[in-house]
Amino acid sequence: MDSAQALQQLINGLTLGSLYALIAIGYTMVYGILRLINFAHGDVLMVGCYFAWFGAVQFGLPWWVALMGSMVLTALLGVLIDQGAYRPLRKAPRISALITAIGVSFFLENLGLVIFGGRPKAFQRPEIFNQLYQWGELRVLSLSVWVPIITAVILAGLMFFIYRTRQGMAMRALSRDLVTVHLMGIDTNRVVALTFALGSALAAAGGIFWAMKYPQINPLMGVLPGLKAFVAAVLGGIGNVFGAVLGGLLLGLCEIMLVAFLPDLAGYRDALAFVLLIGFLIFRPTGIMGEELPE
Amino acid sequence: MKRLAFVSGLLLLTLAMACPAVAEPLKLGVPFPMTGPNAPYGQNALRGLKLAMAARPQVLGRPVEIVVVDNKSDKVEASNAANRLIQYDKVAAIIGPLSSSNSLAAGPVCETAKVPMVSPWATNPLVTQGKKYVFRVCFIDPFQGSVGASFALKNLKAKTAAIMVDVAQDYCVGIAGFFERAFKKQGGQVVIKTMYNTGDQDFSAQLLAIKAKNPDIIYVPAYFTEGALIARQAREMGLKQIMLGGDASQAAELIKIGGPAVEGLAFTTHFDEKGVTTPAGKSFVKAYRAKYKEAPDSCSALAYDAYNALLDAMDRAKTTKPQALVKALEQTKDFQGVTGVMTLVDHNAVKPAVILHVKDGQFVYMATVSPN
Repeated sequence: MDSAQALQQLINGLTLGSLYALIAIGYTMVYGILRLINFAHGDVLMVGCYFAWFGAVQFGLPWWVALMGSMVLTALLGVLIDQGAYRPLRKAPRISALITAIGVSFFLENLGLVIFGGRPKAFQRPEIFNQLYQWGELRVLSLSVWVPIITAVILAGLMFFIYRTRQGMAMRALSRDLVTVHLMGIDTNRVVALTFALGSALAAAGGIFWAMKYPQINPLMGVLPGLKAFVAAVLGGIGNVFGAVLGGLLLGLCEIMLVAFLPDLAGYRDALAFVLLIGFLIFRPTGIMGEELPE
Repeated sequence: MKRLAFVSGLLLLTLAMACPAVAEPLKLGVPFPMTGPNAPYGQNALRGLKLAMAARPQVLGRPVEIVVVDNKSDKVEASNAANRLIQYDKVAAIIGPLSSSNSLAAGPVCETAKVPMVSPWATNPLVTQGKKYVFRVCFIDPFQGSVGASFALKNLKAKTAAIMVDVAQDYCVGIAGFFERAFKKQGGQVVIKTMYNTGDQDFSAQLLAIKAKNPDIIYVPAYFTEGALIARQAREMGLKQIMLGGDASQAAELIKIGGPAVEGLAFTTHFDEKGVTTPAGKSFVKAYRAKYKEAPDSCSALAYDAYNALLDAMDRAKTTKPQALVKALEQTKDFQGVTGVMTLVDHNAVKPAVILHVKDGQFVYMATVSPN
């Protein structure tokens, strides 16, 4: 494998990693605050894709309007799921909320199947992302270059929000101690809703770029990316936003490296994610950036 | 006078009681993939089946009732669906499943329960091999693979080929092997054989390896989901070779998702409206177009044929009892189907294949190849 191919695979890995990172942030933020693994997150990204598809195909909106619109609508969906399914179980044992999350996941998948049908739909890739850049032997899709850039911009915005605004400070405080923050007079439900909104909007963005990269959408498309993003969140240290990004990039790069250097094992690329998960859970359960918090 | 009235009254009453009550419906099980990756094939097949039912709603004086159970394009679900149809719905026969993998899963269930099963679309030879109760109304892959190989060598003038195999699907593994064998036998050379899995979305590694070997054509007998993505990524990588596929390429989604990348992609399949040879076929195309406003594909045509072939066998057997029905099915000869004149040999249909290719965003008929 020569340097052009290696570079091509590196860019592929960064793109895939950015997609995982965008989705993993939602998982990690919700876990950080509620200690809940939102299994419905993968299906939320699926709904985001369909929102964007509707916007672009049915209403003929330009792609960035459809993207923004979908992010807003998906954020609302995230808040709705929190209010409807998770909030009533705030005081219940954690396993109840976990089971509910799985239930919401099945609900969204089957709702999608009923409304959109089982046949996959083609997702249009905007022309700006469909260009082929060629430098000598290297052929790169413009999408692969844009996705990491756009992801970096989104993340910068998110970091600013979390570390430089009051709402962000409330979110960080909530992840430390939910009850005490409530006693301090902060409306915890509002902050939790905001967390879900942000996480879901990012998942929608991740999902839409995923659909641009692999241009077909179907109601079950969110399952595997969702699971892998969850693995990425765990790898990076669940509860830590920076860790989610790191985990996503790491997982994306590892997956592409496996496929590039061991093409005979390319069929096991999905298994790799779960092997990594098991390995990390055994040897370093808090992940790369996780910290041991006293109970 | 009064006595006459009484006797004729009694006679009329007896006659009225001798008339059969509304006949008990004949249930047929239909385990098609309505959701999942094979949904387009399943949904089209159901269309064909419903059209067949509308044209011929009765057999042996009984109305036909179909029980559709979604097998979700999954082997386990296919097996469960067959079980449920046999045990719970007590169907007389099963039409389906569609894919070879799912038919291989459902076949043993029907074999054990002694319920005849007719697959419209499964082409892997193992589906009917050694089975008494499993049939199909389409050709099998040794034939299809060799048609593909001949087409590649003669029409596409290819001397070398690369093959991409979905190792998770029996159909893909089977037909790739048959193609390879036929291609080599007729003088071609397979320079590389790469593998992928159902559900994979990234084929850059495999395509990079193929690019390095520079074959004349790429044989990709994939289902449309992977086929469309493979075509797109191949073109993005600068691979200009013609891609040749199998009958699983025939789904409208291949073009919708593949876009300009699938232009020129050719494939072997069972049916196309331009290649119709029987009057039944012509009227089927007309009826399908009238109802669904688009051209029928192989799945719908084969499902139509499966239904009618089964009912024809029931007519000949004069019963729906499994043993007699199986015997009648085995003796199917010169049956006028919409996909051609069909004779079942060893539970498989011997029929010509058609070759289509994608041109200007449509499936265009190229040729018909008869078995020799």
